[in-house]
Amino acid sequence: MPFLPHTESERKEMLRAIGVSKIEELFSAIPESKRFPRVVLPDPLSEPEIMSEMQYLSQGNAHAQNAACFLGAGAYNHYVPPAVQHLLLRGEFYTAYTPYQAEISQGTLQSIFEFQTLIAALTGMEVANASHYDGATAAAEAAILALQQVRGRKRVVMSPVLHPHYRRTVRTYLQGAGATFAGDETPETYSAFQARSRVKHLATCVDESTAVVLAQYPSFIGEVEDLAPLAEVTHTAGALLAVVVNPTALGLLRPPGEMGADIVIGEGQPLGIPLSFGGPYLGFFATKQAFVHKMAGRLAGETVDGRGRRGYVLTLAAREQHIKRERASSNICSNEALMALAATIYLSLLGKRGLRKVADLCYHRAHYAAEKLSRNNGFQVVSRLPIFHEFVLRCPKSVAEINRNLLDNWDIIGGYDLGQDYPCLTNHMLLAFTELTPREQIDRLAEALAEESI
Amino acid sequence: MNIPNDLKYTKSDEWIRVEGTRASMGITDYAQSQLSDIVYVDVFVKTGETLAKGKPVASVESVKAASEVYLPAGGTVEAVNAALGNTPESANKDPYGEGWMVKFTLADPAELESLMNAKDYEAYCAGRGH
Repeated sequence: MPFLPHTESERKEMLRAIGVSKIEELFSAIPESKRFPRVVLPDPLSEPEIMSEMQYLSQGNAHAQNAACFLGAGAYNHYVPPAVQHLLLRGEFYTAYTPYQAEISQGTLQSIFEFQTLIAALTGMEVANASHYDGATAAAEAAILALQQVRGRKRVVMSPVLHPHYRRTVRTYLQGAGATFAGDETPETYSAFQARSRVKHLATCVDESTAVVLAQYPSFIGEVEDLAPLAEVTHTAGALLAVVVNPTALGLLRPPGEMGADIVIGEGQPLGIPLSFGGPYLGFFATKQAFVHKMAGRLAGETVDGRGRRGYVLTLAAREQHIKRERASSNICSNEALMALAATIYLSLLGKRGLRKVADLCYHRAHYAAEKLSRNNGFQVVSRLPIFHEFVLRCPKSVAEINRNLLDNWDIIGGYDLGQDYPCLTNHMLLAFTELTPREQIDRLAEALAEESI
Repeated sequence: MNIPNDLKYTKSDEWIRVEGTRASMGITDYAQSQLSDIVYVDVFVKTGETLAKGKPVASVESVKAASEVYLPAGGTVEAVNAALGNTPESANKDPYGEGWMVKFTLADPAELESLMNAKDYEAYCAGRGH
C-alpha cells in the first residue's frame, strides 16, 4: 500500500541507504543558526478578528486601486470588467479538474479551444496552445521548440530589449541543453545601448549556427520596430524567429505573424487578469502548423461525436506523461486554464473594437505624457523610436529616491528603475500608461516630477 | 505478422533492404503494431548527410508512445521520405513499402552481418511477449 506513511524501520533503511545517520543531517547545508527556528506565533483568533486585523494591515499598502500607477515593465494595470471575475468563480470552471475525460469536460475544453482561437487570431498565427505559466516560461518553451526543430544548432540570439526576467528564464530553462547565447550583452553607454537595442543590430548577431532569435514587440522599453527585415535575415540563416508580444498592443499594431514570426509568445496578464503581486499570470504560445508536434503543453480541438454533434477533445498532448516520456523536450503538460478563461472572457467582452479602443487609449495617454513630461526641467524623454504605451524618462537623480517621494507625497506609484537591469540606464525610469491613467493623473505626475527637479 | 524474407532486421525493430551498395530502411510491421496508430513521423536527417550505424534518423509518434528510429547500418543519405510528414499512417499500413524512411548508400556492407534475418527476427519478436 503505497499511501501508508513510512514506518520507523523504513526510515532507518532509507537513511542507511544514503549513508546518513539521522534526518537532521540532511539539512546541514543550511547555516546552523537558521536551521530549526522557533516560530513565535500569537494566540489563535476568531474569523471576524482575523478579518479585521488583515483589513487593518492591508490599509498600509499602496496599490493600483488607491494610487496612480505608472509601473509597467511586463505587468499592466488595466480595467477588468466585473463579469470576468464573476464568471471565473462559477464552480463549473473554478473547481474543474484538468480535462482528461472529454465526456465530462466539454465546458473547460470549449473555453480552452476558444482561448486558442482568440490567441491565434490576435497574433496572426496558425495555431495556439492551451497556455503556459507566464510569458517568461512561454518564451523559454519557444527557444526549446526551435532547438528541437533546427537540430544541431545551439546559438540563441536574444535582444537586449527582451524583458530581463524573460532572458534569465530562458537561460535557466536551457541549462543542460548546451545552448550558447548572444545579442543581449549591454554596453556601457546609453548611445551604444540605443544602437544595440535596434532590430538592425540584432540581425547582425544571426549566423549559420543560430537556432532561434528572440525579440520583443513592443520592446521592453516600449519601442516598436518593423520585424520583417529581422525575419528575413533569420530565415535566410535557417533559424526561427520567436517574438514576445504585449497582447494589448496587438489591438493596434500589425501582428508578428504578418511580419514572418515563427513563434509568437507573451504574457496574457493584460487581458483581464489583475496585477495581484505578480501572479497567477498567463503565458500564451502561438506558432505555425508545421511546428505543432514540437510544441509543449496541450492543444484542445473541435470535433464531432458519434452522432455528429459538435464536441471538444484534447487533440494533441504529446507530453512526457503518456507519449514522449523520457524523450520529452519539455516538462509542461498542463495549462493555466482558469487564467486562460479570464483572458477569453475579457476578449469576448471587449471584442475586436473594444481591444482596439483600449490600445488606442494606452497609446494616446503615453504620447500625451511624453509631450507633457518632456517640458519638465531636468527630465528628458529619451525614447527615439515609435512607442506604444511605455517610454524611457531620464531623471536628474536616482529613480529609487524619486519613486519614494512620489509615493510618500503624491500617492503615485512611479516607473520601473531601469538601472536595476541596465547599468548604462542608471537614473532612467520606464513609465507605463493605460486606460487607467487618465490625463489628470498624468498632469499630477508632471507636477510631482517638476518638484523633484528643483 | 508480416516479416519479408528478403530483408534484414535490427533489435530496435528497423528493417533494411539491400540492393548492391544501396539500401532503404523503415520500421517493421511488429514495431507499427506495437505503436498502434502513428500520428507523426519526422525524418530529420538530410540528403547528403553521412551517418554511423545506430544514429537516430527519425522520430515516430503514435497515440501510445514516441520513439526514435535508428539507422541499421552506416552510410550516406540519398533520399528521405518527406511524404510521411503528411501521411504518417503509411508507416502503419505499408511499413515495408510506402512507409520507407531513408534511402542511403552503405558505407561498409560488413556491418550487415550483425543484423537478423527474417527467421531470427520472428523468433526475437515471439520471445519478447508481453
